[in-house]
Amino acid sequence: MNELECRQVVEQVTAYLERALTPAEEQAFVDHLADCDGCDRYLDQIRRTAQALEALPADALTAESRAALLETFRTRPS
Amino acid sequence: MDDLPVDSVLVRRLCDRDESAFALVLDRWSGGMHRLARSYVSTEESAAEVVQETWLAVIEGIDHFEGRSSLRTWIYRILTNTAKRRGVREHRMIPSDEVQDTGSGEPTVDPRRFQSAGDPFPGHWWEAPAVWPAPESGVLGQEVRELLLAALAELPERQRIVIALRDAEGWPAEEVCELLGITAANQRVLLHRARAFVRGKLEKYYTQEATS
Repeated sequence: MNELECRQVVEQVTAYLERALTPAEEQAFVDHLADCDGCDRYLDQIRRTAQALEALPADALTAESRAALLETFRTRPS
Repeated sequence: MDDLPVDSVLVRRLCDRDESAFALVLDRWSGGMHRLARSYVSTEESAAEVVQETWLAVIEGIDHFEGRSSLRTWIYRILTNTAKRRGVREHRMIPSDEVQDTGSGEPTVDPRRFQSAGDPFPGHWWEAPAVWPAPESGVLGQEVRELLLAALAELPERQRIVIALRDAEGWPAEEVCELLGITAANQRVLLHRARAFVRGKLEKYYTQEATS
């Protein structure tokens, strides 16, 4: 028996991905998804959002500031 | 990536002025620190300076580190404080106690996208979310990258920290809770609201792109 509405499902996606739903809630969520392309797509887009953030470039230190920091570390007084 | 030594070993080596230990954390964490700092300040240069300043404070303070949190959490706390000060100075952000995190009960998806009582399927989509173009393999386009940075910068601070650390840096939930001093449930709400917000920005971008 699937009584979840889409507007509830979209508020549960993170709890679902975090495995924070109760077994009964999770079952209802998964059942809804099986029948609902819109929510299935929404969940997928939340995943893609997280993946896009993961792909943001993380600039390393420049060689200069790395060397300067190591120098400061080396020479700091005890 | 190899695991770092456990905190107790790492901290001991840092206090013993072991340069290789310092190089290890420097190389491992600076990238992620830069990425988080970037969401507070207006330029890459400014973010780089925040990272630099943070490491100087770490060098200064490591002998007094008491291990009440993980080393990484301690360093990130310095980072966020440093970044916040600079963000305020650059008028990039308002001090966070003046900003309300949006209420956790508010819907994260525009209610108008769902049918109301009296419509054929109350609570269900009027129209399913539009399909997004296939993911670009690995590398983000410049536009998407800028859109994501702008979206992060727009988020209330705690949402921004949670989504940056969880999704961009891959931190476990527990460590984010520790950094912010919040419960697991609270962390999840912040992450949820932040993801929904950023998803909305991507949706707007992809649908505009499709119709332009």
